[in-house]
Amino acid sequence: MIALLLRDLRLAVRAGGGFGLGLAFFLIVIVLVPFGVGPDKTVLEPIAPGILWVAALLSCLLSLDRIFALDFEDGSLALLATSPLPLEAASVTKAVAHWLTTGLPLTIAAPALGVLLHMKTDAYAYLTLSLALGTPALSIIGAFGAALTVGLKRGGLLLSLLVLPLYVPTLVFGAEAVRRGAEGMDATTPFVMLAGITFGAFALLPFASGAALRVNLK
Amino acid sequence: MSIWEYANPKKFMATTTPIIPWVLGIALAAMFVGLVWGLLFTPDAENFGASVKILFVHVPTALMAINAWFMMFVASLIWLIRRHHVSALAAKAAAPIGATMTLIALITGAIWGQPTWGTWWQWEPRLTSFLILFLFYLGYMALWSAIEDNDTAADLTSVLCLVGSIFALLSRYAVRFWSNGLHQDSTFSADKETHIDPSFWYPSVIAMLGFGLLFLALVLIRTNTEIRLRRADALEARQRRSA
Repeated sequence: MIALLLRDLRLAVRAGGGFGLGLAFFLIVIVLVPFGVGPDKTVLEPIAPGILWVAALLSCLLSLDRIFALDFEDGSLALLATSPLPLEAASVTKAVAHWLTTGLPLTIAAPALGVLLHMKTDAYAYLTLSLALGTPALSIIGAFGAALTVGLKRGGLLLSLLVLPLYVPTLVFGAEAVRRGAEGMDATTPFVMLAGITFGAFALLPFASGAALRVNLK
Repeated sequence: MSIWEYANPKKFMATTTPIIPWVLGIALAAMFVGLVWGLLFTPDAENFGASVKILFVHVPTALMAINAWFMMFVASLIWLIRRHHVSALAAKAAAPIGATMTLIALITGAIWGQPTWGTWWQWEPRLTSFLILFLFYLGYMALWSAIEDNDTAADLTSVLCLVGSIFALLSRYAVRFWSNGLHQDSTFSADKETHIDPSFWYPSVIAMLGFGLLFLALVLIRTNTEIRLRRADALEARQRRSA
C-alpha cells in the first residue's frame, strides 16, 4: 500500500501538469469571481466561504479522471488487480494519493485566496479546518466516480455529472461550518457532520469502487 | 411457485403482455376520474383559490418520483445479488419515467408556488432535494447510455444506484439542515388524522392510484421493449457470425 502510495505521488509530481493544474484552476476561479459580481467588499465578504468551497470542489474534480485512467490504459491496474492487495485497498490508496496532491495543497492555499475575497478574519481557521476535514471526502467519492467511468473513452464529462450530485452533502456542511465561523456562531454541528461524511465515505465507498473496478477489468 | 419464476424473460413477457392493457386502462381511468373530479368538481380552497387544484397533479407525481427511485434501488439490489436480467432492465426502464415525474413535480410546484408563495423558486429543503434527485436520475441515465456492454452497464449503474440512494438521503438531511422551508408538512400520513377535507381527499387518492398504476404500466411496457431490443441485438450478432 505504501509502495503504491509513493509511486502515485512520484508520478503526480514528476509527470507534471496534474499537480499544479488544480491549484492554478483554484486561483483562476477565485480571481474570476470578483469580475463577475463586482469588487465591492460588502458583496464579496459574505459569499467568500461558499465561493472558496465551490472552487476547491471544482479543482478537485479536474484531476479525478487521472486517478485510475492512466493505470487502466497502460495495464498497471490489471496488474494491481492480480496482486495480493485487494482492489478496495488500492482505491483507498489512490484516493489518499489524490488528496495529498490536490486536497492538501488546496487547503493550504485557500486562506491566502480568502484575502482576495475579503473574507472575515475570524473565518480563516474555520476555512482551513473545514477544508482539511472535507476534501478527503471529495477524493474518496471522486475515486468511486473514476472507478465507474474508467473504461469509457470520454468519461470526463460523465464523471462530473455523476460525482457532483454526490458532493452536495460535503459542500453543504463544509461551507456552512465556515459561514457559521465567520458570523461567530457555534460551528460544532457542521464540523461533526462533515467529519462523519468523510469517515463514513472512507469506510464504505472503497467497497463500491472496488466492485466497479472489478466490473471494468472483467 | 415463486416470484423468481418471472425472472425468466420469456415467462415475464408472457405474463405481463396480457396484463399491460388492463393496468394501463385502469390507470388512465383512475387518472381521468381523479383529475376531472379534482379539477372541476372540488370547491376552491379557502385562502388559495383555484390554485390548489394543481396539487392533484403535483402530489402524485412527487410521490411517484421518489417511489420510482426506490423501485430502481430494489431492482438494482436484485440484479447484483441474483443476476436476473429482467430486474436490471426494469431499473433501466424506470429511470426516464422517474426523471419525468420529478420534472413534472418541480414544474407544477413552481406554478403552484408563484401565486401562493409569491416566487417560482425558493432554495427550500424539499424543492432542493427534488432538484438533486433529478440530477441523480440524469447521472444514472447518462451512465446507462455511455457503456456499450449490457452487463457491464447493468453492474455499474446498479452500484451507482445504491451509492446514489445513500447520498440522496444524506443530501435530503443536509439540505434540511442548510435551509428552513416554506413547504407544508406532509398532509397525508398513515398514522395521524388527516388534515384534509374528504372532498379533496378522495380525488387525490384516486389520482395517486392512477399515477401509480400509470408508472407500473409504463415500466412493464418499457421493460418488454428492452427485452425485445436485447433479443434483436442477439439475433443481429448471430447473423453476423454466420455470414
